[in-house]
Amino acid sequence: MALAERLRRLPVIHQLRQSVGLQRGMLVAGLIITGVFLLTAIFAPVLAPYGFAQLRDENGNFGAQQPPSAEHLLGTTVGGYDVLSRVIWGAQTAALVIIVAVILSIFIGVLLGMLSGYLGGWLDRVLVVVADAVYAFPSLLLAIVAAIVISGGQSSLFGGIMAAAISITVVFIPQYFRVIRAETIRIKSEAYVEAAKVIGTSNWRIMTRHVLRNSTRTLPLIFTLNSSEAILTLAGLGFLGFGIEPTAAAEWGFDLNKAISDVTSGIWWTSVFPGAAIVLVVLGVTLIGESLNDLADPRLRTRRRAEATPTDTTSITAVVPGGALNPAAQGLEGLEEVRR
Amino acid sequence: MTDILSGARQEELSETGTPAGPSRRRASGGGSTLWRYLLVRFLLIFPTVFILVTMVFILMRTIGDPITAAQGGRLSPDQLQALIERAGYDRPILIQYVEYLGQVFTGNFGNTISDNQPVTQVLLTYGGATLELAFYALIVAFIVGIPLGMLAAYLRDRWGDAVLRVFAILAYATPVFFAGLLLKLIFSVWLGALPVSGRASPRTEITLTRLDGATGIYLIDALRTGNGAIISDVLLHAILPGIALGLLTAGVFLRLVRTNVIGTLSMDYVDAARSRGVSEFRLVRKHAYKPALIPIITVIGLQIAMLLGGAVLTETTFEWKGLGFQLAQYLAARDFVAVQGIVALLAVIVAVTNFIVDVIAALIDPRVRY
Repeated sequence: MALAERLRRLPVIHQLRQSVGLQRGMLVAGLIITGVFLLTAIFAPVLAPYGFAQLRDENGNFGAQQPPSAEHLLGTTVGGYDVLSRVIWGAQTAALVIIVAVILSIFIGVLLGMLSGYLGGWLDRVLVVVADAVYAFPSLLLAIVAAIVISGGQSSLFGGIMAAAISITVVFIPQYFRVIRAETIRIKSEAYVEAAKVIGTSNWRIMTRHVLRNSTRTLPLIFTLNSSEAILTLAGLGFLGFGIEPTAAAEWGFDLNKAISDVTSGIWWTSVFPGAAIVLVVLGVTLIGESLNDLADPRLRTRRRAEATPTDTTSITAVVPGGALNPAAQGLEGLEEVRR
Repeated sequence: MTDILSGARQEELSETGTPAGPSRRRASGGGSTLWRYLLVRFLLIFPTVFILVTMVFILMRTIGDPITAAQGGRLSPDQLQALIERAGYDRPILIQYVEYLGQVFTGNFGNTISDNQPVTQVLLTYGGATLELAFYALIVAFIVGIPLGMLAAYLRDRWGDAVLRVFAILAYATPVFFAGLLLKLIFSVWLGALPVSGRASPRTEITLTRLDGATGIYLIDALRTGNGAIISDVLLHAILPGIALGLLTAGVFLRLVRTNVIGTLSMDYVDAARSRGVSEFRLVRKHAYKPALIPIITVIGLQIAMLLGGAVLTETTFEWKGLGFQLAQYLAARDFVAVQGIVALLAVIVAVTNFIVDVIAALIDPRVRY
């Protein structure tokens, strides 16, 4: 019973129960697409008919730019790889990069945001100015610079994935930093923090016990928003030639770059499928993020029944623990929208 | 929603502005607040540019000197060493850094290694094309995003709303280069209706570059020739890149307008109008949409940064010879001086445009100032 109650309070599950109608539809669609993506990433070795760098089988070479056929359901690329296999293996690359990038940036961003917001002073001011400067800058350009530094523009197997992930991390840290800092400043003035101070609790303990636990409620939301951005940044880097070599791993952006000239000669299968894969994954993750955002904002949440009476605008109540989220004031509003 | 957005700006500024933030806010309140705000906002440009330039410099130097990166393997070690010494890359990094800062301050962003041009010259030659592309994209974003956002708010929680919102998410989820490739495939290759790539057909391009006092912005140059064929040629080439890059921002505008119109629709004055019997459509059209446009102005600043990033990808897709296309070329040539210079220059541009946008926002919406 207690376990069921705990499950019900888990981030996404809580919102799923809270949602109705169209909003539930969007959330469920997002969850399904994301689930399929993750399963594809995990089971890529089983699902893919060929390896990502495989050029030939027992019948000889695949041949370049072959149209879709029974042997190659989605055709072959200009480099002679099987498109379907590379699309499936690409899911694995994307998932790995997202996981590494988001974990790294959450870790660093949350730590810095908490320190900055809690300690204040000159450290806070310097960090805020730095974060704002980085935040306002085109993220792709920053990721390019980071990619040059990390891999020198070259890419190997593991190195390529790490380079892409760290480049994306550099871009994301300011976002986590801003959100967590704003939350920390809010929580810092709460009575329970003062109470803890009065009884002589150390700063570190207050930060980890009181501030951190209460400032993380927005994280699932940023997490989803950033995952979609991570995929787009990875694809953008790949498209500009900072991707991972085709022999090291499959990467959708890299394949799209190689497909530019194909398009001009009417060869559509080399670009449409990796591109569609990117769109689907970003769509799925964004649908989740968007739904979480709406459900957290009482003005946007579809209310049960009350919808019929338009004048009934005063009966809004906060359902999120800790009160209604105020996404814009914490910079959330901008996050999913302003950058690429 | 509008007050929340501007509130966030205000908070941000009071915290990042001057060390005397809190006391300043208390002291303000007179008629000079606007000027003080503008001054603080203007001064904020300098640390922003300084931080970005420093960061890029440090990052780029951690991988060694740019000459080895560009020419390594092509020249003998002795030749390399001579080049490095001549360019001064063998001196202590701190001296190089101070010298670089001084150069940037005087508007010198270095010379490219691959074709030995001043980076500022690269900007002058190719910046116009990027500006033009961003302009087309913004037009697409306004035409598509704002009316559809209002429509989505009007149809709130009905199927039309769902379709529009999925469209907005799709516009966000589609990388600009994939959108570009798809548009190219459909309209240029299959339908043959629009040109595949480039900014103009070769003949037009020759005419335009020979023009006296050519601005590099083809639309302006073409209009000056007054030749209908040239104008339509330039515009036809602009359609697909403009849409590819503009859809992204259109999606942002759509969501922003929808959210804000829904927000204003629950305000008291709208309720008052509603109780007087004003139709729901008229409420959206006349009462709720204007306040919802203010946040658009505030996000345009960040959109410009995004457009610049997107321009790199769009220009590569359409061989649109602008700054982004050029940047990709330098990246491929491993000319990191050029990359560093262009990125630093873009940092200045982004900081200045953000300042201008904030000034406009402050002039329009008094709540932004403090």
